[in-house]
Amino acid sequence: MMNKTIRELTEQYPYINIYLDDFDINFDENRSFEENLKQQPDHFFEQRKMSFKEVLDEFEDYLDKAKAILEESIENVDDITIYPGKGKDGVPEPYEEITVHPGEIIAIVGETGSGKSRLLEDIEWQAEKDTPTGRTVIINGMSKKERRKTSGRQRLIAQLSQNMNFVLDMNVDEFLKMHAECFVSQGEVEVLVKKVYETAISLSGEEFSLNSSITGLSGGQSRALMIADCAYISRAPIVLIDEIENAGIDIQRAMKILVGSEKIVFIATHDPVLALFANKRIVIRNGAVSKIIERNEEEEKALHEAEKLYGRLLYLRNRIRSGEKISQFGGMA
Amino acid sequence: MRLVTFAGPPAGGKTTVLCKIIKCFKNEGIPVGAVKFDCLQTEDDRIFGAMGIPSKKGLSAELCPDHYFITNIPDVYNWGQKNDLEYLFTESAGLCNRCSPYIRNILSICIIDQLSGINSPQKIGPLLKLADMVLITKGDIVSQAEREVFYRRVQMANPHGEIYFVNGLTGQGIYEICERIKELSSECVLEEQTLRFPMPMALCSYCLGETKIGEEYQIGNVKKIG
Repeated sequence: MMNKTIRELTEQYPYINIYLDDFDINFDENRSFEENLKQQPDHFFEQRKMSFKEVLDEFEDYLDKAKAILEESIENVDDITIYPGKGKDGVPEPYEEITVHPGEIIAIVGETGSGKSRLLEDIEWQAEKDTPTGRTVIINGMSKKERRKTSGRQRLIAQLSQNMNFVLDMNVDEFLKMHAECFVSQGEVEVLVKKVYETAISLSGEEFSLNSSITGLSGGQSRALMIADCAYISRAPIVLIDEIENAGIDIQRAMKILVGSEKIVFIATHDPVLALFANKRIVIRNGAVSKIIERNEEEEKALHEAEKLYGRLLYLRNRIRSGEKISQFGGMA
Repeated sequence: MRLVTFAGPPAGGKTTVLCKIIKCFKNEGIPVGAVKFDCLQTEDDRIFGAMGIPSKKGLSAELCPDHYFITNIPDVYNWGQKNDLEYLFTESAGLCNRCSPYIRNILSICIIDQLSGINSPQKIGPLLKLADMVLITKGDIVSQAEREVFYRRVQMANPHGEIYFVNGLTGQGIYEICERIKELSSECVLEEQTLRFPMPMALCSYCLGETKIGEEYQIGNVKKIG
């Protein structure tokens, strides 16, 4: 590694420019770091209070650690289990455990303020009786402390909520490339960006270009882009969604895409179709899980009916959007 | 007594996060104190004081804040010991991003704001790169993608440090930070330690109060843009 030229190093690991830029040196790209360092005057080392060898050793140490991080693979999640705590009134929750596997969608339903977000926070935090609810969340049978030694807990979980917005001054193409570069090699970036972009457009149902500014996207477009990005670029195997407004996006297909990427999805929602679409739904009342309902055949029929109704509403909305005058609702779709 | 230094660019949420950390230590009955280093003005010592802990402020005014910090830290350390503190937290704002107040063997924590821009990890020098822990604030209001890109860049600027997202408003993540502070900090004799990164070699005519502009007024350690 150390005898590679600066060009070879930065082509393989573009991120190390973050470290190299700090030296305020015009590096000769065709030489190694060591050869470049040899060209430096004495005051370069004086300023840093470091010897030639110390600067060199520090760079080697940096390279080793940075390389290890870039090549690190994310832990696969086989299961996540929630163990009971207690509700707002201190009464223990009435279940033994809730175990979820990749490809499953769990809806969290309940009245506003009942504690849906709190459950999502417990999962994000990987609670170990150290949150107000006293719940415990175990991922792959491993406690939070054990996990710190292996990989970062926080990188296992992606979050999407109403309050999250794009804040960068970039267009869609630049933005997706920047994210993809975090995880895949240069050669794979373009294909991945295209896939996310096309998925986002199909989810939002509204065209936008790769040149569109991300902060200028509509609510629906930006949610669609966030979900597609989450499904294909983010490596976090668990996705927590807190009541995103559907803003005209095909939220069911969005969920299918997420679980198709072998993610585990927890979604707090008031949307009846989405709640029925989930494999299981957790009902929260007064801060506690009060019921866990698995979708049975009868509910599947109900889902089917609800989807039809939803389709008709979508159709109606599109007609209204396009300026039609509506004379009747029944029998249109 | 264990000294822990908190530093970071201005307006990144340092005081808010530190207050949550103090609260967490206080709830466990651990005696803590806090000192705020600032340049021109601060009310933050009162915020700490209102939490019922010994607090102090230092204003560097016309001096370089980092030089001011390092020349005052022994006194502040003694003050903490006199107050029978178990933990003494110092907070200072990195201003030119060239320096850092970090001392070897003293736990050093950088607090950096996700909204400060996607390039900020490469613009902040030793303040970020030499920290033992990096706490990223305001991550809850941006997209997952922006969080992941920012995280990766912080990792690449500082592959040695532990990186955490914290929410200074709700306190999400603070408990774990407090546990890590207890595990990573240690007691040591301050006078035997050295700075992790030297302060800038200054002393040009402007350090000495020169206000006029032009070649003839530039005396001392002067660097040209080239």
